Amino acid sequence: MSSDRIEAGTITLTSGKGDEIEAYHARPTDAESYGSVVVIHHMPGYDSSTKEIARRFAAHGYGAVVPNLFHRYAPGANAGDGAAAARAAGGVPDAQCLEDVAGAMAFLKAEPGANGKVGVIGYCSGGRQSYLVACNLDVDAAVVCYGGGIVATPEQLTPERPVAVIDMTKDLRCPMLGLFGINDANPAPEHTARMEEELKAHGKTYEFHTFDDAGHAFFWVERPSYRSEAAREGWHLIWEFYGKYLEG
Amino acid sequence: MCTYLTSTEKVAGTGLGAQGWFSIEQAVVYFDHPQEAPVEHALCIDFRAGEHADPSQRVSVELDARSARTLAESILATLAHDEVRALGVD
Repeated sequence: MSSDRIEAGTITLTSGKGDEIEAYHARPTDAESYGSVVVIHHMPGYDSSTKEIARRFAAHGYGAVVPNLFHRYAPGANAGDGAAAARAAGGVPDAQCLEDVAGAMAFLKAEPGANGKVGVIGYCSGGRQSYLVACNLDVDAAVVCYGGGIVATPEQLTPERPVAVIDMTKDLRCPMLGLFGINDANPAPEHTARMEEELKAHGKTYEFHTFDDAGHAFFWVERPSYRSEAAREGWHLIWEFYGKYLEG
Repeated sequence: MCTYLTSTEKVAGTGLGAQGWFSIEQAVVYFDHPQEAPVEHALCIDFRAGEHADPSQRVSVELDARSARTLAESILATLAHDEVRALGVD
């Protein structure tokens, strides 16, 4: 499914707890019924690359919202300043991330034309948050793009991120698509193998793809990490996966 | 990879930002994806005006690992120099 007409722009989103944050919204304007996706930005922040991804989803016939998970640390700031402020504060707490994504889900479901199905996708640190969301909120499909830190040692846990996400796998509520690069150090192939082991042990529906000649952030067009073949195949897999679970 | 390894240090100094000089209270050091440098990972330092200051009040540098190490060694060597030690300020 694709859309010839879309609209996109900044909105104010009410998080699950009721406070307001900035977000970016894109949607098809020529679709009568469409699925939706919450797009979780990477560690470098709520940036133009992530907003472009939201528009890409709209052009393929999905509603999309990117919540600015760093908004509270630097309201109105540019992506770089927001990322720096969030990092200086210790990073986004998992509980807060879940509230913001819950707000985005509620917004998308209430949109005219929305079919009520909502997926989540995240890149880099957002990939970890996508896994977190899929284990804690009622999403219909989750895509994890090279999420680092899903497999975490006790020493890597912090007050903001107190539980290793891998240990939440038993609570996974939806099918999961994982997209990784074989040359990535985090998640390295041994980390993705550990995730698969856990997903299998709990009988979850998932499919993982690890691309050759790709490392971390192979979708990020503007960076040297970009790998066109992996990105092209990755997008194809995303359309298939969301087509199966979010349309109709 | 994305890392969560971040060191936040209290520092005292001044930095020259887009709006002119300002007092620096914080240095945040991490090795992760840079915002601008054309490398996959960089040693990044954000010199910030402070926890509650305008987030745009910062001086940011992104160095490749070798450059960062050279810089760190250079800083330490400079501070260890007899002429500096004789000042008794360190």
